[in-house]
Amino acid sequence: MGNKQTTFTEEQLEAYQDCTYFTRKEILRLHSRYRELAPHLVPLDYTNSPDIRVPLTLIVTMPELKENPFRDRIVETFSEDGLGNLSFNDFVDMFSALCETSPRELKTIYAFKIYDFNRDNFICKEDLKKTLNKLTKGDLTSEEVALVCDKAIEEADLDGDSKLSFADFENMISKAPDFLSNFHIRI
Amino acid sequence: MDIDAVFHTNHSGIVTTNPLLDQLPSYQSLLYRRKVATDGSKRRGSARSRLSSSSSLKRDASTFSRQDKQKVQTLQRPARELPKTMEEKRAHKKQMDAAHQLSSWGQWSQNTRRCLKRLKDEARASMKSMQLWRGDIHLIEGRFGTGIQSYFFFLRFLVMLNFIIFLLMFSFVMLPIIVAPHASGNSTYSQSNDSVCAVYPSSTRRGLVLFREQLTDMLSGEGFLEQTYLFYGYYTVDRIHFAYIIYNLPLAYLLATIGYLIVSLIWIVKRSATGFKDNMVQDEDRFQSFCNKIFAGWDFCITNKNAAGLKKKSLSYELKTDLEEERMKQKKADRTRRERCRIYLIRVILNVFVVGVLCGCFYSIYAATSYSQQAQMSTVKGNSFMDLLIEYLPSIVITMANFITPLLFAIIINYEDYSPAFEIRFTLMRCVFMRLASIGVLLFSLWSRITTCNDKTCICGYNHQQYSCWETRVGQEMYKLAIFDFLIIAAVALFIEFPRKLLVDYCNCGLVKWWGYQEFAIPQNVLEIVYGQTICWIGTFYSPLLPAICTIKYIFIFYIKKVSLMKNCRPATRPFRASSSNFFFLGVLLIGLSLASVPVVFSIAQINSSKACGPFVNYTTSWEALTSTVSQLPSGIRGLLYILSSEVVAVSLFVITCLGMFYVIALAGAHKRVINQLREQLAMEVRDKHFLMAKAQSLSGAKPPHFKSKSRSRSGGSPSYHTSFTSNFSEAVSLVHPPPHSSSHV
Repeated sequence: MGNKQTTFTEEQLEAYQDCTYFTRKEILRLHSRYRELAPHLVPLDYTNSPDIRVPLTLIVTMPELKENPFRDRIVETFSEDGLGNLSFNDFVDMFSALCETSPRELKTIYAFKIYDFNRDNFICKEDLKKTLNKLTKGDLTSEEVALVCDKAIEEADLDGDSKLSFADFENMISKAPDFLSNFHIRI
Repeated sequence: MDIDAVFHTNHSGIVTTNPLLDQLPSYQSLLYRRKVATDGSKRRGSARSRLSSSSSLKRDASTFSRQDKQKVQTLQRPARELPKTMEEKRAHKKQMDAAHQLSSWGQWSQNTRRCLKRLKDEARASMKSMQLWRGDIHLIEGRFGTGIQSYFFFLRFLVMLNFIIFLLMFSFVMLPIIVAPHASGNSTYSQSNDSVCAVYPSSTRRGLVLFREQLTDMLSGEGFLEQTYLFYGYYTVDRIHFAYIIYNLPLAYLLATIGYLIVSLIWIVKRSATGFKDNMVQDEDRFQSFCNKIFAGWDFCITNKNAAGLKKKSLSYELKTDLEEERMKQKKADRTRRERCRIYLIRVILNVFVVGVLCGCFYSIYAATSYSQQAQMSTVKGNSFMDLLIEYLPSIVITMANFITPLLFAIIINYEDYSPAFEIRFTLMRCVFMRLASIGVLLFSLWSRITTCNDKTCICGYNHQQYSCWETRVGQEMYKLAIFDFLIIAAVALFIEFPRKLLVDYCNCGLVKWWGYQEFAIPQNVLEIVYGQTICWIGTFYSPLLPAICTIKYIFIFYIKKVSLMKNCRPATRPFRASSSNFFFLGVLLIGLSLASVPVVFSIAQINSSKACGPFVNYTTSWEALTSTVSQLPSGIRGLLYILSSEVVAVSLFVITCLGMFYVIALAGAHKRVINQLREQLAMEVRDKHFLMAKAQSLSGAKPPHFKSKSRSRSGGSPSYHTSFTSNFSEAVSLVHPPPHSSSHV
């Protein structure tokens, strides 16, 4: 709308608007948030798409992610190198996929990737145990943890291989009433 | 093999496959479902070449067309819905644009469509920012989570509902009266000829009125307030003759009343339906409480450290509760007959005790109302505080009863030995019943006083000696209830929660520390505001300005609760989930609405309207305004309306609705059975698949895979697809692909 911003070219902003669920203003705001994390690293001028990555340790200091037990996994999932270093594209991607207007299917895919700790495309019992420990941080005894994991797999596993494939996970999430209201980050 | 974003490689980036597995049509379709189609980035180009070389075996006629169809479907999806990195999405978009090399018309239409979409997004964003209290609620969400946030959403909804009801009553009832002198309208007033019933002693104070007395009048709704727009009695206009139309005010009053009840119903049902659609709760008997808590339990919006700690604790608590419920179920199944009898006996005794307590409360409310009404009739209009107390006696008794009974119920439920979830729900139901029934008892006692006269039958149809304008009296009672409700909420926040917080902060003794901050108990708070809303619904017919008062009241309550929450409270240890809470709130509100419509409809249809005041002086009952208008309509429409309201239509409509309901229930049962069958089939198919694969491998001479045996009864000891095979198939015929250029999203 005729803004005098010099961060992005118009073409870049158009592309961002088409590929994410953000409006123009929000994308510029995201850029300033991104830059806040590492001002010496991230240039103000993104018109030539520099290849800058902000490391994981800085990204998880953001207030939106700081208290999230899965913050490391979220950032790793959206990073290209799998180690958690996000370029601005990955950064915008992350918040777009987790925003309120993003559809359930997209969130389900990314939720599966986040909860799959060992990245073998299955949520096995170990992944579940890790998820549970991150959630409850020692409030449950190990016996209770094992019991809960068993029950969870029993509930969701359809094909009987005692681990959750993506199809199992998707089916389970479609019946989880809290998923849409809880699985979003507001930025 | 093409690399799909979801079904991705392991850490080292090597995709190891088994040609036998890859040939399975189910795996193929799963792979193509999310793959972006052919042209595009370098990466996909190289992948494609790999695909074409190894795909010759895989393409067969039936799968080809299906894969193409799915490819085309993926092609047509907007870029932002794909789980790809930004570059891939950009490439996909470019490719989508390239594929649709349209004429200039096509380009133009596409551009306009994009602009419209952009505009819609911006409009939606700006609408969202204009929503009332958005910033405040966002703050609450960050600190306390979505459970408490849903309470504040509910409060905001009630503010808007009350405002709309007020607009309805104002524009149809008050506005014509106010505008009439300015728009050259001639108002005719209703006068009754019946002299006995039309006596309406004025209750305004005469002479010099002290400020204190005026304040008393304001609080009790009597005195000068009776002669304002606030109460029913002031509306004496019968018809307003404007330039071209004659405005029938009694009819408008009646229809506005029915209208606001229907508008409330539709809005509440619509709101609960949209929430229901999102939740998609289908399978009741296999409700996945554990999975829901683990995977969808963490509230990603929490930004506050304390809130995060609390959420963790509440999740652990929930999981422990669920485990205990499983144990209870087990215990229940193991109960002996003797124990079961004992439990049932205890439950019966305790339920009788609860019913006794409820009856006692109801009788005390009835007695208080009768005494209060009696006292108001007999004494001269006094000035003392005592008289005000007597006027507010029903409200005080109701509030005290509603304060004591939840505590009592919470204690009793411990002895009844139910499962934890059922305990919560049952206690809540009892509290809801208590709250809403207390209003019902008050109205019943009022009704009995209004319709019983000293002699056997009432001359005017109601007790005209004591209640010359009974609608205004009922309106006054509702007004007093609403005011008192607000005062109690403010007083509790100020005089109980705030000192408690100070005590806990500055006093170091163990008992106080154990007592802790006030818990923000969502169910009790919701019941409070539903109670207020029920009063508003009942009272609006008798006091058209009551919705405006309630709107302002709820606005104040919002700020009081918000400040109290931030400063004085901690979230409840028993968490209240946002999804189920929406349903609970609207369900209780619907119960309140149905309770509120009963007295309103009954008094409109059955009780004679007062002859001394109000717009329905010329009619026997208020409903007659409508019937007399209908009888004046042209005969065709009149005949149609008579047919529609006859018993034939009503009974057949009822029968059709019942049939429809039975059909839907039968359909749901059939679907459930089909789902169970398919589930069993799926498990069986997987076992078949593994068996056949093992056979195929053994026939082709390779080492059979090592099957991890499980002790579970359901599975047949089946390992996962890729990982265990890769570990055992080093010498098997497998295509090992070079690692991709850049590993995409994991």
